[in-house]
Amino acid sequence: MSAPQVAPTETPDIEETPSSERPWVTVVHNDPVNLMSYVTWVFQKLFGYSEDKAHKLMLDVHHKGRAVVSSGVREKMEHDAARLHSYGLWATVSKE
Amino acid sequence: MFRRHADQCVARFAADEVAVLRQVASEVIGLLTESFDRDDPVVERLFPDGYADNPTEAAEFRRYTEGDLKTAKIDQAGAILAALPSTGGAVVRLDAEAAEAWLRALNDVRLALGIRLEVRDDTDLLEELDEAVMRDPTSARVRQLTMYQYLGVLQESLLEAFIG
Repeated sequence: MSAPQVAPTETPDIEETPSSERPWVTVVHNDPVNLMSYVTWVFQKLFGYSEDKAHKLMLDVHHKGRAVVSSGVREKMEHDAARLHSYGLWATVSKE
Repeated sequence: MFRRHADQCVARFAADEVAVLRQVASEVIGLLTESFDRDDPVVERLFPDGYADNPTEAAEFRRYTEGDLKTAKIDQAGAILAALPSTGGAVVRLDAEAAEAWLRALNDVRLALGIRLEVRDDTDLLEELDEAVMRDPTSARVRQLTMYQYLGVLQESLLEAFIG
């Protein structure tokens, strides 16, 4: 998004959990074009998040370079990523 | 710029603004139809990999999602064209469905222009514009930077009118 502060991505401490037990997640990545207000609106619209939560997630994307925006079964995460792509956000699916 | 009137988002566009909006929307439709090229960086950005580090999974994801995504993006760019006259100025009135299509389409055209202009997080648009004007005020880059900036302000105004 629009301002230049990019901090290193925080990696959660997950080494003790076997891969098969970790949930799937949808990750949104920062990009320099999308408006902060638009990204916040998309999170509210697609996930039903409160304005506060959506705003905080948007700031996480902006400052940390990425944020987990949803978690659950893999098919649902692929659906979420596809919907985010239709709004022009850069989203990927991965294991947490 | 857009303002809210009852349940509609309304804006008055001068003839040159109509021309710019028609041009950028048509260009996106062109990129998604006859000149669709997977290796074009704009197409890469509009259709990102669903899996970051797994080309096989990314290809599978693409196989299932790309058709619908392409159709949606063509339709939303089409919503811009549908609301505008072919020439001259216009007052545009968007209901909720059309406003949302415009928001998404304006985002797509800004992503496309942003890639072509190599906009980065630390890009200072006004500084870029100043430098481009100094080099050649009639250049394509000056025109594109001006359009990019205008479309950002327009998208922001539509979002405010829509949710405000």
